[in-house]
Amino acid sequence: MSLLEVTDLSLTYASDGVVVEALRDVSLTVEAGEVVGIVGESGSGKSTLAAVLNGLLPDNARITKGAVRIEGTDLLTLPEAGRRRLRGPGVAMVLQDPMQAFNPVLTIGRQLVDFQHHLKDLSRADKAARAEAMLAEVGISDPAACLRRFPHELSGGMRQRAAIAAALLLTPRLLVADEPTTALDVTMEAQILHLLRRLRTDHAGAIVIITHHLGVVGEICDRVHVMYGGQIVEEGPVDDIHHAPAHPYTQALIACDPAAIPGRAARLPTIPGRPPPLRRPVPKGCAFAPRCPAALPQCRTEAPPRVVLGPRRSALCHRVSP
Amino acid sequence: MLSYAIKRIGLAFLILFVVMLGLFSMVFVVPGDPAGVALGPRASPELRAQLTERMGLDQPLHVQVANFFANAARGDLGYDVWSRRPVLEMILDVFPNTLILGLVSLGWALVLGVALGCVAVVWRGTFVDRLLGVLSVSMIAVPSFVIALYSLLIFSVWLGWLPAIGAGEKGDIGSQIRALILPSFAIGITWVGYLARLVRASMLEVLAAEHIRMARSFGLSERRVVLTYALRLALIPTVAVLAMGLGSILSSAVFVEAVFSRPGIGTLATNAVSNRNYPVVMGTVLFMTAFYLFVVTAADLVIARLDPRVRDVLRS
Ligand SMILES: Nc1ncnc2c1ncn2[C@@H]1O[C@H](COP(=O)(O)OP(=O)(O)OP(=O)(O)O)[C@@H](O)[C@H]1O
Ligand SMILES: [Mg+2]
Repeated sequence: MSLLEVTDLSLTYASDGVVVEALRDVSLTVEAGEVVGIVGESGSGKSTLAAVLNGLLPDNARITKGAVRIEGTDLLTLPEAGRRRLRGPGVAMVLQDPMQAFNPVLTIGRQLVDFQHHLKDLSRADKAARAEAMLAEVGISDPAACLRRFPHELSGGMRQRAAIAAALLLTPRLLVADEPTTALDVTMEAQILHLLRRLRTDHAGAIVIITHHLGVVGEICDRVHVMYGGQIVEEGPVDDIHHAPAHPYTQALIACDPAAIPGRAARLPTIPGRPPPLRRPVPKGCAFAPRCPAALPQCRTEAPPRVVLGPRRSALCHRVSP
Repeated sequence: MLSYAIKRIGLAFLILFVVMLGLFSMVFVVPGDPAGVALGPRASPELRAQLTERMGLDQPLHVQVANFFANAARGDLGYDVWSRRPVLEMILDVFPNTLILGLVSLGWALVLGVALGCVAVVWRGTFVDRLLGVLSVSMIAVPSFVIALYSLLIFSVWLGWLPAIGAGEKGDIGSQIRALILPSFAIGITWVGYLARLVRASMLEVLAAEHIRMARSFGLSERRVVLTYALRLALIPTVAVLAMGLGSILSSAVFVEAVFSRPGIGTLATNAVSNRNYPVVMGTVLFMTAFYLFVVTAADLVIARLDPRVRDVLRS
């Protein structure tokens, strides 16, 4: 039994009569102790997928198809009380926006203590001491003072680290981190990645990390899922994706990675064209076809097949053959 | 925080000063001399001169102004033209009645308003929510003296459950409470709808915030999320509006006290106006203004305490 199993999940958002297909037939499996990366451009559905994993979707979201299992339990049919028990030590989340992550009228310390409510044997003082130690670990220089501060008194980077500390305090079996290092400089990022790696080596915790930054993926992930227009267009082990990307979108993504470009380019390359429309009805054919340099005529009319390239390695493309 | 408090209190005094100037000039804007107006056209010149002297109107203007402020600062608001009782004493005599009326009205409004607001949030988008919406708007739209008249008619005249007039017997708490119910309800009900809408809106806004999602993502109970993580934030706009509300509640009290012939500042002021009893008119207006400024300033300081962000903006 896998720790996390998402199968053929489709999800829509409805607002003002417009229906957006934010996820289409998404499948994702994560084993205990594994680190899985999710990459893709803005709007491809990464945060939506993360929200599915702890069952905290906005009111206008509707899961139309598929299943989500955590340790064998079906999350979608689980009553709210059961989901709540899972949140925290089962699935912990580092939300994407560090600026808004903490309650503005309560101190960081108060919140970090409250968030440890599962640890029933510890007193509030014990929990505060744990929080202080964890803040020190994520590189906050005066953790005791930080506990007494209100969120607006911290920088974006400090808030982001505090949010990571909050999640790590629970030593979750699955940590979902949505762009956890965007507000951090390179040394800080390295320190955080080191901590995440320890979650897996010391506690066999699994991590799903969402990022724009392919460097982070190479640094820490075992496997990668590439998302485009609400679909997973390619998945595979990190090395394969880096060295032999199969899907034209993955190829373009890697070609555009600033770290991969030797010397100083006059202009950073970008993928030409616009992000795919997600509004219903979504056009037939491959979502990437309009921007794809290798598109065939059938790419615009027929939905691409999922081509299996190996164990846990596949691509959603007409051009790819096994 | 301290410098903010000083600034806010200074502002309150400045406003009070301007109001006092306005009040003082009122005496001169009204046509005819105040003593003559007060006494009516058929008063003898001696009587008029006597009253003019008693009111200090024979002195040069700047002396009058200076006296007015100096006396007010000492708490001396002048004397009733007719009974010669000190105005401040008359006000303090009836003010507790008005204050209790105002506070009980506010209590109604707050309890019912926050409760209905929360109910609307819990059942948002359903029939209950829409019904409460319509109800709230109607409660806002109907003026309190209309409610006062109808409730008087129904509960006092027809059903005879509650007293129609007065503030109850002195020393008899039960009768005082019974006398409070209808007038406070008439005033409070207009605010129930308002507060319910406000609490609903600010609660929904807060509950959609990212930090609430964060709190939930750690498995905090819904009770904890709503009561400690959301309500405190949602109440900030409510406190601000309540302070304004007390001002409007006190002005509705003027009408409602009249409908129920209930002793209070409102009846004192209306009687003084119809008797052209200037010192009492000025005294009551001044007193109410000072009281209102006190409440609004206090509310601002409470908000600054509730919200650390405001506290910090103020500190810098
Ligand atoms: N609450 C919502 N209501 C309606 N549409 C939404 C909502 N949340 C997200 N969407 C839409 O769903 C799509 C996927 O959004 P999502 O936030 O998952 O993207 P993302 O990959 O996380 O992007 P980013 O990298 O910018 O964070 C987008 O088109 C977005 O506009
Ligand atoms: Mg996102």
